Amino acid sequence: MHADPAVEVTGLVKRYGDKIAVDGLDLAIARGTVTAVLGPNGAGKTTTVETCEGYRRPDAGTVRVLGLDPVAQAAQLRPRIGVMLQSGGVYAGARALEMLQHTAKLYANPLPVGPLAERLGLDSCGRTPYRRLSGGQQQRLALAMAVVGRPELVFLDEPTAGLDPQARRATWELVSELRAAGVTVVLTTHQMDEAEQLADDVAIIDRGRVITQGSPDELRGSEAQLRFDGPAGLDLAGLRKVLPDTAVVAEPTPGSYRVEGALDAALLAAVTGWCAEAGVMPDKLAVQRRSLEDVFLDLTGRELR
Amino acid sequence: MTATDLTPRPGAAPVGRMLLAQTALETRMLLRNGEQLLLTVVIPTVLLVLFSAVDVVAVDGPGKRVDFLAPGLLALAVMSTAFTGQAIATGFERRYGVLKRLGATPLPRWALLTAKTGCVLVTELLQVLLLSGIALALGWSPHGNPLAVLLLLVLGTAAFSGLGLLMAGTLRAEATLAGANLVFILLLLAGGVVVPLAKFPDAVRPVLELLPISALSDGLRSVLQLGGGTPWADLGILAVWSVLGLAAAARFFRWE
Repeated sequence: MHADPAVEVTGLVKRYGDKIAVDGLDLAIARGTVTAVLGPNGAGKTTTVETCEGYRRPDAGTVRVLGLDPVAQAAQLRPRIGVMLQSGGVYAGARALEMLQHTAKLYANPLPVGPLAERLGLDSCGRTPYRRLSGGQQQRLALAMAVVGRPELVFLDEPTAGLDPQARRATWELVSELRAAGVTVVLTTHQMDEAEQLADDVAIIDRGRVITQGSPDELRGSEAQLRFDGPAGLDLAGLRKVLPDTAVVAEPTPGSYRVEGALDAALLAAVTGWCAEAGVMPDKLAVQRRSLEDVFLDLTGRELR
Repeated sequence: MTATDLTPRPGAAPVGRMLLAQTALETRMLLRNGEQLLLTVVIPTVLLVLFSAVDVVAVDGPGKRVDFLAPGLLALAVMSTAFTGQAIATGFERRYGVLKRLGATPLPRWALLTAKTGCVLVTELLQVLLLSGIALALGWSPHGNPLAVLLLLVLGTAAFSGLGLLMAGTLRAEATLAGANLVFILLLLAGGVVVPLAKFPDAVRPVLELLPISALSDGLRSVLQLGGGTPWADLGILAVWSVLGLAAAARFFRWE
């Protein structure tokens, strides 16, 4: 095990014309871990990952991947990393297995292509040209191409976007096995359950900076909240009157209510009692910790961008 | 589900193996593509047979019609593969992220470009064999020094490759598709391929003679039809186009 990180980004700045895509971003990713990079669209996730892959030259700051400069030392770095782009990357006329076999030939000790294709469900469409593969098959081929060279570090940009549940599960299993085999995995995703399931570490990026990083457990915190659904626009001022002053009441999305603070049976009784008074049936009533999605929305805001 | 041993064992394949694999893949992609075959095989073949058999274009010089036409269509074959075909294929590879994705593998960029050149040369060899075979069957009697012919074909390939890659690496894929086909038609008509440049007005002829297709078809004709020595002037024109095209491609080519 190496003590130095697999990826170390310090003060990264990347501009496209006037637009600042990445604005002084710091990120360290430990070897042998799965790290999920989360963030709203346009937050700078893909730019950051593509800078680590050597596609973009930083305008400021330093990037080290496996101790190497991804641009200046690309020839040394490329054999050691696997890359899955968000889309494309395959000749339109190439057959699925043909492209995977070809990618394997570019590495010294590739995985056997047959079993890899089989476990990702690519054997049945192995002779189909890329342009006629379904979106999910194209995604799985890109994933297979990212791991076939037996890399130390893989970058997966939205690996399960558009996958059906079976394919998503197969992808998750592969990521877990990569981790068990000591491979470092960096993935970007919009799916919070994916990050909770797979990631040792989560980095949330917004407006070109890492705004928080930690394990899913750390980010969710220990504090519980009470949640229920009901008709939109209930009189929350009335609810606050029957609750202790420490309780915080909110309707984060219409018809979905949250109560935070010192939760106990009395507070629960007060909430349900108030509901009964108001003639409201509290649907999906639950006392639980904040989800990663709550954390994400609290940090990055709820408005559309 | 079979367990896969995913333990890292990173490393690049030997560069010779990568080069061979990439050349073979590029060549398979080209030979599998119907539109490319139309351009590189069907059109030159049809023009050769049609214009040799039917007196619709007035040819120039001594010998049979095919003695004038065969060198022109060899020049067209080089242009169709090195310029039009390569520009369109590379433009769409760029659009679909193929060049980007290959950039993250151990395959060096120079090896990718060398593989493309290898693919062009393999295709041209097949074209030359096919067109020469048909021309000989039509009674073609080639003259001259084969080495001079080879030199012309190689420099012609370099000139057209530079221009094709420049187009593919700077324009959108659709623009490359349209532009490369338009240039193909224009140069086919106005580059001495089937219509002798002597038929054009004196005012434009000196300009047309500087085109790479004119230099290639004129050079090939001066050797194969007329049995002349090494056509240095035509080789010079092709060399200038090669240097300009390849330098501009190297300078302006965008991989994404």
